[in-house]
Amino acid sequence: MHLEYTIIEGDFVNAGAASSSIKKTLKQLNVNPSIIKRVVVALYEAEVNAIAHAYGGIITADIDSNNICISVADKGPGIPDIEWAMQEGNSTASPEVRDMGFGAGMGLPNIKKNVDKLEVKSTVGVGTTVTMEVKIC
Amino acid sequence: MFFYHALQINEAQCTGCSRCMKICPTEAIRIHDNAAAISESRCIDCGKCFKICPSKAIYIKQDDFESIFNFPCRVALIPSVFLGQFPNDISVSRIYAILQEIGFTHVFETDSSTTVYTNAKNRYFVEHKDNLPHISTFCPAIVRLIQVKFPGLVDNLIPIKAPIDITAMYVRKKFKEEKIYKDDEVGIFYITPCAAKIAAVKSPVGEDKSNVDGVINMDALYNRVWKRIKEQGSSYKETKLPIAQLSSDSILTSLTNGERRMSIARHSYAIDEIDNVIEFLEKIENDEIEDVEFLELRACDQSCAGGNLTCNNRFLTCEKMFARARYVADKERNGERTRESEMEKEHEYLLHNMSLGEIEPRSMLSLDSDISKALEKMNKINTLRDKLPQKDCGICGAPTCDAFAEDIVCHNRDIEECIFMKGC
Repeated sequence: MHLEYTIIEGDFVNAGAASSSIKKTLKQLNVNPSIIKRVVVALYEAEVNAIAHAYGGIITADIDSNNICISVADKGPGIPDIEWAMQEGNSTASPEVRDMGFGAGMGLPNIKKNVDKLEVKSTVGVGTTVTMEVKIC
Repeated sequence: MFFYHALQINEAQCTGCSRCMKICPTEAIRIHDNAAAISESRCIDCGKCFKICPSKAIYIKQDDFESIFNFPCRVALIPSVFLGQFPNDISVSRIYAILQEIGFTHVFETDSSTTVYTNAKNRYFVEHKDNLPHISTFCPAIVRLIQVKFPGLVDNLIPIKAPIDITAMYVRKKFKEEKIYKDDEVGIFYITPCAAKIAAVKSPVGEDKSNVDGVINMDALYNRVWKRIKEQGSSYKETKLPIAQLSSDSILTSLTNGERRMSIARHSYAIDEIDNVIEFLEKIENDEIEDVEFLELRACDQSCAGGNLTCNNRFLTCEKMFARARYVADKERNGERTRESEMEKEHEYLLHNMSLGEIEPRSMLSLDSDISKALEKMNKINTLRDKLPQKDCGICGAPTCDAFAEDIVCHNRDIEECIFMKGC
């Protein structure tokens, strides 16, 4: 099963749309509620990241009977130091974004906490791709 | 699994107009052979279909009023909302008296157990901060909604009996100790403002059997009481009967914010009307709202005052209940009234016996218990979805094209039943 969603930069109003849709799909597949919760929490973080800090992007989700693999690919600006960004409290968010209640530096660490496998690839000026995997059975 | 539903369809009267099917929040209704049919496992007894039906083909099944006479001791359990149906010049004591004239031997107010109910919830809150937010189980339609649509939140439900059950438990104990009647001679009848409470009595969640023996619909009893009031006419002379000493807080429990205002949880919300509740629970499920501690959720607009068996405009009912609460609050301030003193004596007994057993999730969304099979079905559904017109016209008898696609794959429906696909 392959799903795709487009993220538009700065569209905070629709933050959570992809998470909700994937949540429904996982419920239909009778995935354990606690696993669904982990997927949704991680994906929501990633979705908000791409809306708030990047210039939009694309979410793809691939589901088979063992795993869900989600990739959130944004169009920049990219993260210069991924290791630094993975630590709680570190954030590159602009003051405007922080004023909206985002950018506390918990995004990536919170994703990591909720998934079985996380990979972050980034090129400054090009974009960041966050790929996460969760075992669903 | 058996699920009792009070909502029934009179097929002869149903025109198959599909309004109920379109409004049902859990997509539990399909139209077959020009009549609506309710899915037993999906229905949460919210009663939206009952309210919208233009031909009165949906009705709420109740116990025969005469069945109260099977018991020598006949207890009417009335919620505050019932008293809120009558104008201010009809006194509470007069309504009590009429209930006894028409057949009941005793009258108790359901909401009199509010103090002990609130204490139990607050105690639970302090002891179980690991599964926040706590969700109240006061409204049975909400409990069922969470079971079928939000199975991941089942563990957040507070496993404590609702005031109706606590009061019924108290009544049973009281009669047992008085030794005037044997236990099976005591019949407890709840006067219900909605269909969901009937389901809660007939097939309770988290307990084996309810302490309530029967249910009388509020609108039916309202008519009986009014008939007596008219018969009494202007010659009626008020005689003061002893009535329940409800606190002002208790009177308001069944209204929106009734529980929230008494909760010790700080970050809490009170949300009424089923679609509002669903919208909010979606967010809670996604963890989009942080640090929420307590949720009071009710299926009806204005909570129980808007119940589908109430007889008056819900806003008028609310105001009447507020007026009664204000009157009592004044007396409380002057020290003239104490809180529910009678039930207070049984506080510890009730606290020890008000836990609910496990509340099971029973997801309505699951396509198959086996993931590979569910994936296979989902692929088929997605292919069908692309073929269907996406007009959601409902003529096939399913509420949406998506629901129809699911019905084709999971319930052997024929794609030809779609008027756009005929002969394609």
